[in-house]
Amino acid sequence: MSRIIGIDLGTTNSLVAYVDEKTNLPRVIPDERGRALLPSIVAFTPEGILVGEAARRQLVRRPRATVYSVKRLMGRGFDDVKGELRYLPFAIAPADGIVKIQVEGREVTPPEVSAVVLRALKERAERHFGEAIEQAVITVPAYFNDSQRQATRDAGRIAGLDVVRIVNEPTAASLAYGLDRLKRGVVAVYDLGGGTFDISILRVNEGIFEVLATNGDTHLGGDDFDRVLMLWLAEDIQSHHHRELAQAGVDLVRDADAAQELRLAAEAAKMRLSTVERTTLTIPFADFTYHRDIPRDDIERLIAPLVAKTLGPCRQALKDAGLGASEIDEVVLVGGSTRVPLVRRRVQELFGRVPHSQLNPDEVVALGAAVQAHILAGGITDMLLLDVTPLSLGIETLGGIVSVLIPRNTTIPTSAREMFTTSVDGQTVVDMHVLQGERELAKDCRSLARFELSGIDPMPAGMPRIEVTFLIDANGLLTTTAKELRTGKAAAIEVKPTYGLSETEVQRMVEDSFTYAEADVETRLLIEARNEADTVITHVERALRQGAHLATDAERRAIEAALAKLRQARGGDDRHVIIETTTALNRATEHLAEVMMDAALRGAIQSRRADEIMESQ
Amino acid sequence: MNYFEVFGLDRKLGIDQAALQARFYELSRRWHPDYQHAAPPDEQARALEQSALVNAAYRALRDPIARIEYLIRLEEGRETKEGAAVKPQAPPELLEEIFELQEMLQDAKAGGLDQASRARLVAERDALAARQREESARLTGPLSARWDDAGPADRRQALDALKRSLATRAYLRTVIDDLNAALEETQEDHVPHHRH
Repeated sequence: MSRIIGIDLGTTNSLVAYVDEKTNLPRVIPDERGRALLPSIVAFTPEGILVGEAARRQLVRRPRATVYSVKRLMGRGFDDVKGELRYLPFAIAPADGIVKIQVEGREVTPPEVSAVVLRALKERAERHFGEAIEQAVITVPAYFNDSQRQATRDAGRIAGLDVVRIVNEPTAASLAYGLDRLKRGVVAVYDLGGGTFDISILRVNEGIFEVLATNGDTHLGGDDFDRVLMLWLAEDIQSHHHRELAQAGVDLVRDADAAQELRLAAEAAKMRLSTVERTTLTIPFADFTYHRDIPRDDIERLIAPLVAKTLGPCRQALKDAGLGASEIDEVVLVGGSTRVPLVRRRVQELFGRVPHSQLNPDEVVALGAAVQAHILAGGITDMLLLDVTPLSLGIETLGGIVSVLIPRNTTIPTSAREMFTTSVDGQTVVDMHVLQGERELAKDCRSLARFELSGIDPMPAGMPRIEVTFLIDANGLLTTTAKELRTGKAAAIEVKPTYGLSETEVQRMVEDSFTYAEADVETRLLIEARNEADTVITHVERALRQGAHLATDAERRAIEAALAKLRQARGGDDRHVIIETTTALNRATEHLAEVMMDAALRGAIQSRRADEIMESQ
Repeated sequence: MNYFEVFGLDRKLGIDQAALQARFYELSRRWHPDYQHAAPPDEQARALEQSALVNAAYRALRDPIARIEYLIRLEEGRETKEGAAVKPQAPPELLEEIFELQEMLQDAKAGGLDQASRARLVAERDALAARQREESARLTGPLSARWDDAGPADRRQALDALKRSLATRAYLRTVIDDLNAALEETQEDHVPHHRH
């Protein structure tokens, strides 16, 4: 059987992992520089598409064409996101159906953007194993609905991956913990990531991980913490520097560049405040520099309402599981946002116990995905995950009321059957509207799709007996089949997903990506090589300006020659030549760099001595 | 195959919970799609169907009340879809009391609640909840045992007793839900206003 990798497709970062067959332990696959996390950022540049770190560097340089946190847009429509459009630097076209992002004069869908991230992880795994990888387990928030799951699977297909299982992130995390820590008992997994929140309650018993209840919010995470902090900063900067801002004509929130800069500063401050009690923020603007001392209390006051929003779903999940908080044996923290001390305090208060966080909260979901991949591949035979569907599934009936067919927290796979008939003589087509959600009215639930049953033999009204089977598989994905019971004929179902790509659209994207995949890889590597060359050129130029007197004439000539060569190579299209000349320039400046470092250190020591002398006097 | 048969059980209501769970895990290991990934497509399809059946059966049988509802649907040869097996029906001895309550609820909806009526509704709700617990205990205790012990001649009556009790319980639940909703809706009115 071919190898299956485990992928955590995160809002902020994505990772790929596998289970090492020798040790039977899951491992994250790092990139060539040893980095495990791939920023889930995709930049569309005139030269090609960038992903990860290379794309992150474009956030400020090219805010309108650099897409981040696309997971929050997966399986969603324009109406869902129009409230936050003003915070997004890239444009989203108002249109029916799924969100379409406008970059570089074209429209891309969230699954296509996610596919770029997935393809980079696929290539990373292929380099690691030296073989083609075609199958993957991908994790999603437990509270993702059918459209969001479908969008994730489409992204996999576009990236050339057969998504053999979609696993819920908190349950994946419990698998990773279960390998050696959880043996028996009731576990609550609290998963607060960059964009989504999940709570899952599981019973672990002799290798069976049975999910009892799950709840969450697919639009709540660290991004929201950043946003409240960013808006607060904008207000503060505005009040202190309104004159300079007005003169420069800068609107901190509406100006894409300024907003991006502020967002990144807010994110950095938030992260620092998770480990230190106070931090100083310095943001250089064209005409002034903003300084601010921020104590942890300030950010806690700002994010407290958001953290409180996670507690309602926790209580509902406990209720659905029929358990009290005191009956939870272990609490596990997952997701980068659980590093925030206030989050930890609130979780500890709710469950009355100290939560586990031994495994790296950034990596644990990917590790669990790898474990699930290994289970599917037959490498693990004693662990089994029994998950649930997070939302009730129903159909719209007369008067816009939803009739529930599969209640939330039903163990999957699960199926339900419903009978339909005609209301007019000779009717050959029946429509139905499938929804997900907990509200009574169809308009308050999530529309998944409209189905058209056709090919019904003409009969008097009410005569046909069409049995429709709704099946939610182990991925949490819905499939429907229909049969006319009198004739035994299978009825044709045409599915019109409300917020999804049609089969033809996915097919086209798969073909496009197949055609461009090779070219894309080459382009990306070329751009990366050029970026690296630019960095080295800048450093060397500075070194020559500042340290020329420290180099011999011969050395300086050698460096200048290597620099000229790289400048020339950088203009060409051969990335191997660029990389080689970059390395050559690095080598040529090694000695000068050392000498300059020594001089700098001496300088530092001398100046300290001077300080000490001053102090002692 | 009915849900009792899925677990190799007789059509009886007294079920050992721990044994049921153990059997559920065993059947899950046998049929769950995660363990069938390498199987040919037709076997995978069968496993998926079986797995869904095992899950549905466990859901119907693990809770003693849901189990009774399922038994009634099964005995009456109705669709095995989840949901109430009986129509809610008011217990005769409570009719008058509940009629009075309904009037109070109407008033509450129209013009809010004064402190005294509110306290009365809370007390009524608690009393009805106690009565509902009693009904549940009767259902899962003596009435279930009666069904399990009934010979062919008594089965009809034993089933009817279960249905009556279930209808009472369902009725009590709707009244309690109504009361809770009314108490919640009118709560605002009774929070003392703070001066700003």
